[in-house]
Amino acid sequence: MAAAVAIKISRFAAAALAVALLSMQCASAAVLPEDRADALYHSYSGGGVKISGPSILVQKQLGKHASVNANYYVDSVSSASIDVVTTASAYTEQRVQKSAGVEWLEDDATMTLSYTKSDENDYQANTAHGSFTQEFFGNMTTLTMAYEKGWDVVGKRNDPTYAKDNDRQNFSLGVSQVTTKNLLLNLNWEIIANQGFLNNPYRSARYLDSTAEKGYSYEPEIYPNTHTSNAVALGAHYYLPYRAALHGEYRLYTDTWGIHASHYEIGYTHPWRKQWIFDIKYRFYQQTHADFYSDLFPYESSQNYLARDKELATFSSQDIGFKVTYEFASSPARFIKKSTINFAYDYIHYSYNDFRDLTQNTAAGTEGLYGFSANVLQIFFSVWY
Amino acid sequence: MQQPKYFLGLLLASVLCFSASAFAATAAPEFSLPGRSGQTVTLSAYRGDVVMINFWASWCKPCRQELPLLEQMYQRYKNLGFTLIGVNVDEDQKNADLILKNIPVSFPIAYDQQDKVSNKYGLEGMPNTVFVDRNGNIRHVHTGYTPGDEQGYDEQIRLLIRE
Amino acid sequence: MPHLTRFIVVVCLLSGCSIQPWVKPYERDNLADPIMSLDRDPVSTAYISHVHEAREAARGAEGGQGGGCGCN
Repeated sequence: MAAAVAIKISRFAAAALAVALLSMQCASAAVLPEDRADALYHSYSGGGVKISGPSILVQKQLGKHASVNANYYVDSVSSASIDVVTTASAYTEQRVQKSAGVEWLEDDATMTLSYTKSDENDYQANTAHGSFTQEFFGNMTTLTMAYEKGWDVVGKRNDPTYAKDNDRQNFSLGVSQVTTKNLLLNLNWEIIANQGFLNNPYRSARYLDSTAEKGYSYEPEIYPNTHTSNAVALGAHYYLPYRAALHGEYRLYTDTWGIHASHYEIGYTHPWRKQWIFDIKYRFYQQTHADFYSDLFPYESSQNYLARDKELATFSSQDIGFKVTYEFASSPARFIKKSTINFAYDYIHYSYNDFRDLTQNTAAGTEGLYGFSANVLQIFFSVWY
Repeated sequence: MQQPKYFLGLLLASVLCFSASAFAATAAPEFSLPGRSGQTVTLSAYRGDVVMINFWASWCKPCRQELPLLEQMYQRYKNLGFTLIGVNVDEDQKNADLILKNIPVSFPIAYDQQDKVSNKYGLEGMPNTVFVDRNGNIRHVHTGYTPGDEQGYDEQIRLLIRE
Repeated sequence: MPHLTRFIVVVCLLSGCSIQPWVKPYERDNLADPIMSLDRDPVSTAYISHVHEAREAARGAEGGQGGGCGCN
């Protein structure tokens, strides 16, 4: 059975990437985003998985009121992850994502509209996103409302007739408040509801089976066909008098599958001389397992819903990262106002509390708990014109 | 003795709330600020001229967009009894000078680093343009800048020059 | 005095200016600094968000707009 298990480049995350690109824009709602273009090379390596590729983002103002943007993103995957090596064989694949959007500004209000399409040989994701932002109280308070609709088609390699739907709706509200001359606070809330085929067609759950050679056998996963989640995040940015910035974020998450998660992140930005900016950050994430998750079920068909996806397990992760930005002193061309080269590195460690490493061939249920580290690299060029 | 205070309070309230139009026939607050090359820029020194005071900052994108157009306006009308004063509100003067190096302007620049003059003028946005007539009274205030606003500036200047 | 206060508040509300901003438009130097941006390099932030979200169950509430120069 072909195994696309490994990465599970979360289909939702694919759309989220585009949404993040197109919505996490400029500082103030009363001015359009800057005209700029970025060319990024990204590389992820961890847990037997290697993913790399480009991400190109272009933004340009058109007339007085509009700004358009477009993104082209590719994930080239070669995977021999824990799930892949235990149930099948390594594979390679490519995912291409394209998105385009427009931002419209009228007085203190901004509206955005965007569309994203992601394609790979066994998954197609389509997302439409719209948002409305308004500034109040002397441009000190910014309120944003957004709605998103996704239509995904889940496929299966080597089975052209396999096509299941996964539909999604998101609604979010955000408020950002200038608190003092040096402090900016923001609060975001988002509710997401999925409906349809929500699991991975290649994934399997395992159950104790004394008749099997390894002491356990596999059965297909069965997920509920609905999933609703709520997330609330609080963020802060504080300006330090010698010209540096502190950033903080805390998010709480809960959903109808019984998962409770939270994360906090702290960051520090330090400019140096005229041309350098250094960033460091630390992020800690933890979650509890889904109600229907288990690393090893007691017997076959023991529950209505069964999952052994490590994404739904109890685990924690820590991400330490740094970024360096260098601004070129002179411009390569007259129409380029500013250009930078950037390098970012993240080290992420995942520790699972109830997902076992099946490459250890010990008695079923006694295998060591799984954990792995990933190295994430980003190199990108940015130009402002 | 409470009556004049109440009246002043009411006037202040309407002034604060109705911005532009409320400045009709109010004397422009006097100021004396450091300018370029060690000179001092004093508003009353320009009494008799139409004065356009533009409050700007290096970190304000629409302000930077406006600067070259303000220079054009200054060149066009400076010999007709008109002057433009660019009051910069940057906390660090170096940032303003860096912008002026890239976008050179010939009209007087005044540095309001402590925001004292900005406070006096009760600015409600960035950038902010105040039109003062030959008698030193504020006749019009324009908040913000979007491309196309310079036509409105032109009309206002011509109106005041003719007086 | 209470009458005057009420009158001022009503006048302000009617004119739409409500609460007076305690951080003046010309005091936003620091907030407008790019290092204070909620998202200085969107192409990079979006990528890292994707790396996390692909491996975690949690999703949502990651966007943000606001701060900055408050111009226009």
